[in-house]
Amino acid sequence: MRIELVKRQQRSALFSALSPFIALALTILAGAILFAFLGKNPATALYYYFVDPLLETWSLHELAIKSAPLILIAVGLSICFLSNNWNIGAEGQFIMGAVVGSMLPVMFPEFQYWFVLPLMLVMGIAGGAAYAAIPAFLKVRFNTNEILTSLMLVYVAQLFLDWLVRGPWRNPAGFNFPETVRFHAHAILPEILPASGRAHWGFVFALIAAVALWFILSRTLTGFEVKVMGQSPRAGRFAGFSRPKLIFFAFLLSGGLAGLAGISEVSGAMGQLRPVISPGYGFTAIIVAFLGRLNPLGIVAAGLVLGLTYLGGEAAQISLGVSDKVARVFQGMLLFFVLGCDTLIHYRVRFIGSPAQKPVEEA
Amino acid sequence: MGIAESILLTIATAATPLLIAAMGELVVERSGVLNLGVEGMMVMGAVCGFAAAALTGSPWMGVFGGILAGVVMSLLFAFLTLSIATNQVATGLSLTLLGLGLSGMIGESFVGSAGRKLPVLDLPVLSDLPLVGRLVFGQDPIFYMSIALTLGVSWFLFRTRAGLTLRSIGDSHSSAHALGISVIGYRYLAVMFGGACAGLAGAHLSLVYTPQWVENMTAGRGWIALALVVFASWRPLRVLAGAYLFGAVTIGQLHAQALGFGIPSQLLSSLPYLATIVVLVLISRNRRLTLMNTPASLGQPFVPER
Repeated sequence: MRIELVKRQQRSALFSALSPFIALALTILAGAILFAFLGKNPATALYYYFVDPLLETWSLHELAIKSAPLILIAVGLSICFLSNNWNIGAEGQFIMGAVVGSMLPVMFPEFQYWFVLPLMLVMGIAGGAAYAAIPAFLKVRFNTNEILTSLMLVYVAQLFLDWLVRGPWRNPAGFNFPETVRFHAHAILPEILPASGRAHWGFVFALIAAVALWFILSRTLTGFEVKVMGQSPRAGRFAGFSRPKLIFFAFLLSGGLAGLAGISEVSGAMGQLRPVISPGYGFTAIIVAFLGRLNPLGIVAAGLVLGLTYLGGEAAQISLGVSDKVARVFQGMLLFFVLGCDTLIHYRVRFIGSPAQKPVEEA
Repeated sequence: MGIAESILLTIATAATPLLIAAMGELVVERSGVLNLGVEGMMVMGAVCGFAAAALTGSPWMGVFGGILAGVVMSLLFAFLTLSIATNQVATGLSLTLLGLGLSGMIGESFVGSAGRKLPVLDLPVLSDLPLVGRLVFGQDPIFYMSIALTLGVSWFLFRTRAGLTLRSIGDSHSSAHALGISVIGYRYLAVMFGGACAGLAGAHLSLVYTPQWVENMTAGRGWIALALVVFASWRPLRVLAGAYLFGAVTIGQLHAQALGFGIPSQLLSSLPYLATIVVLVLISRNRRLTLMNTPASLGQPFVPER
């Protein structure tokens, strides 16, 4: 049997809408098979993964905490990917945002005013954006492949953070643990509903960013420019759009949002810097961006789904003794299925092997 | 064994996985396919190689297991990008993410368990020759494979008809298709070859370099291998030079860490990554050189017209 692709005249609106759901369904199916292999009852395992975390208030708060960085980073990445800029170093920009934003409470702990937190957020954005500016600059100036440079910078950022918290920024009163001092009250991102749980304002930032970027993409000239330059740089040049400007725009925006995610995570959920501050949010956000079909509003939903896999991983580990690493397998499979299903949008798939039929031309 | 000799020996050990993985990716990219999943295939090669060696007790089964894991992963990529024409960049990324996740899961029960080391070659007299003895006649088998691989790929690409065909596909898949060449077939084989190499490179890490399993033990080597292909402007012998250059940087920074110098170890550890960036900038600054050497249809999906 052979597979043959026939190009559709127009992208299929039906599959555009359906493909994320088909991908999700296939992932769940594959997950069930995986659990059966591991000797667990698939139904119970899937219940712990995808239903159990939604039943209690505290775990809904955890869901908001986990989804916030994913959504913030992914909406920024959607601008990058749409404009054909492959920023895959969001993990590094997340870390640098957290580091730069933490300078105030760590280096000047006695500097305690109400405006410390807003300053930290701004510095976090600036830190992430500045770090993302490196691959952007190298791409514009030297034509260097941004995939490799942005990724290499992730390792550099991780090592830099590790050095900071073990070296100059280590809490002198911390019994030699590799962590900074705990942030003072003015440097903590508050909870949205303190009475109900610990979800912090990072989730609100994520929603605001998603709506703002949806507006930019669908209602402004900049959004149009992003899409034109992504699909046909030649057409964009004739329209007078500037390639370097757009590269910087995409990288600075996504880096800034990743930086905001970083400082929000550190000042909202952790309250200090540690050697590792992210369970791979910057990479998982790539999956979120694609599952959300690079649409900021879709990304909100996708971010919640991927956030759920983190929680489900923890829940399944506690209740079933399944390794929490299974969550990352889920995430990886999901992206495969999403990309595979996207083919249905542009092509009709025919299986050759049975007697050949005449292709039906679409009007 | 002198100090110079032992340093050269460790450089060779550090360079070998980079060389093998990059050589595989070079063939893949020469066929016009960009597989960013090297890191994922490599880490799967490392864990499956380790597991196979631990379970069977034979490091050679480990080598086989590593290669097999790389090929299976690459087939996943090949099916998506070649048979159903998905975006190569995104699919490669997802291969890396899946590989990192899956290897963590598979390897969980092997963390901390003793590994099996592939024995080094030991010839009477020859291996004991001063200076060059160990270097030329006393290394692990995968080292010799890496050298043979380099020469073999070089010969295949530039001295055989099939190699010429492969390069023509990479430069213009539509013309090759018009000549009746099976573009998809060649690309499947190339991608599988790349997977086998990445798997072997991973097995080298967990069977020779540090005979144990540590999560994410590839530590970006798959990505450095990708950078090496660009750095080498898609030429096998330049990949060899590049891999040894990076091996030297890696070992150099390790020695610097041991000696202290008061430089933080994390800063030194980041040198190979920074070196990758510098090298990429230097090579890509020359736009004409890059354009001339890049396979023209690299990364473009191909769907045969009927």
